[in-house]
Amino acid sequence: MAKRAAPEVNAGSMADIAFLLLIFFLVTTTIEKDKGLLRSLPPIDDTEVEPPIIRQKNLFTVNINRNNQLLVEEEEIPISQLRQATIDFLDNGGGTNQAGESCDYCKGKRLEESSDHPDKAIISMKHDRETTYEKYMDVQNELVAAYNFLREREASRLYKKYYPDAEKVFTAMLEEKEKNQFSKDEVLNERIETIKKLFPMKLSEAEPDKK
Amino acid sequence: MSKFRNKEKGELPAISTASLPDIVFMLLFFFMVATVMRDSSLMIENQLPSADQVEKLKKDRTIFIYAGKPSSQYKQFGVEPRIQFNDAFITVEDVQSSVYQGISEMNEELQSKVVVGLKIDKNTNAGLVSDIKQELRKANALKVMYIANTKTEKL
Repeated sequence: MAKRAAPEVNAGSMADIAFLLLIFFLVTTTIEKDKGLLRSLPPIDDTEVEPPIIRQKNLFTVNINRNNQLLVEEEEIPISQLRQATIDFLDNGGGTNQAGESCDYCKGKRLEESSDHPDKAIISMKHDRETTYEKYMDVQNELVAAYNFLREREASRLYKKYYPDAEKVFTAMLEEKEKNQFSKDEVLNERIETIKKLFPMKLSEAEPDKK
Repeated sequence: MSKFRNKEKGELPAISTASLPDIVFMLLFFFMVATVMRDSSLMIENQLPSADQVEKLKKDRTIFIYAGKPSSQYKQFGVEPRIQFNDAFITVEDVQSSVYQGISEMNEELQSKVVVGLKIDKNTNAGLVSDIKQELRKANALKVMYIANTKTEKL
């Protein structure tokens, strides 16, 4: 029998294999995205207006010293208790706000000696120059967590019906806003603002003392 | 019969190279997707702190400022934490002008929404951070993002 030449391999499907691999990598590779705590700094105010008098009970002082110890309301506590202490303070609702309304959504103990209303409750944070950034971030994280917890609670109280499947309603709302950033949804924005207004983030940071 | 066979003398045909471009394109696409663009090389140690209440950062409107101890190949700059912007060490006083420079390089419609991303080593003193923040207030760049690693929420 005569020696036959090998038939040419059909390379037409090679492109399909290549695309298959390409799509696989496209789907599985995630691009690293930076995440962090978003905060607003207060603008520099040169006007010499007498700062409003804030009553001691509406002020929640958080101090970190140079040895990274935490002093909350003149009492040293471990960082694991900071979140609950902050929630208790913000949610206390012992009195009325500027407009004379009492906090009907607060679920706190309504103590006389703690904050009047979430509108009035201010967290004042101060740290030493030699506090490490890690500790500083831990404390910031706990304080933000306290606000997020309360906002989450209010969001699920008010808007759970629109997000029946969401475990965290406020997060779901923010995600939806993110998704529709090119088509503004007024109703959604208004709801987010409502939640933020119930527990406005009033976190003031004092400058550390210069040595 | 032999009329149809006279060409075939038994030598192997050349392997088709038609799929070579596909393979090359595939590799190209893979590297395009997997590569993270980094416009400045870090001259400092940069171990980020971790947090669980994090939000996503929009890259297009962000200016990054780094701070931390100079890393081992930049020992000549000492051991005190330094601030880095783009490719150079800057002093606290330079933060303001660097931020202005960063803003001017940005897309015009995003300039009012600028966010300053602070990538700060966790062993840095918080005093340096508050110095940077003070400068940012002077530069009127009031939105800051403390960039952190995501920590899984402890139960």
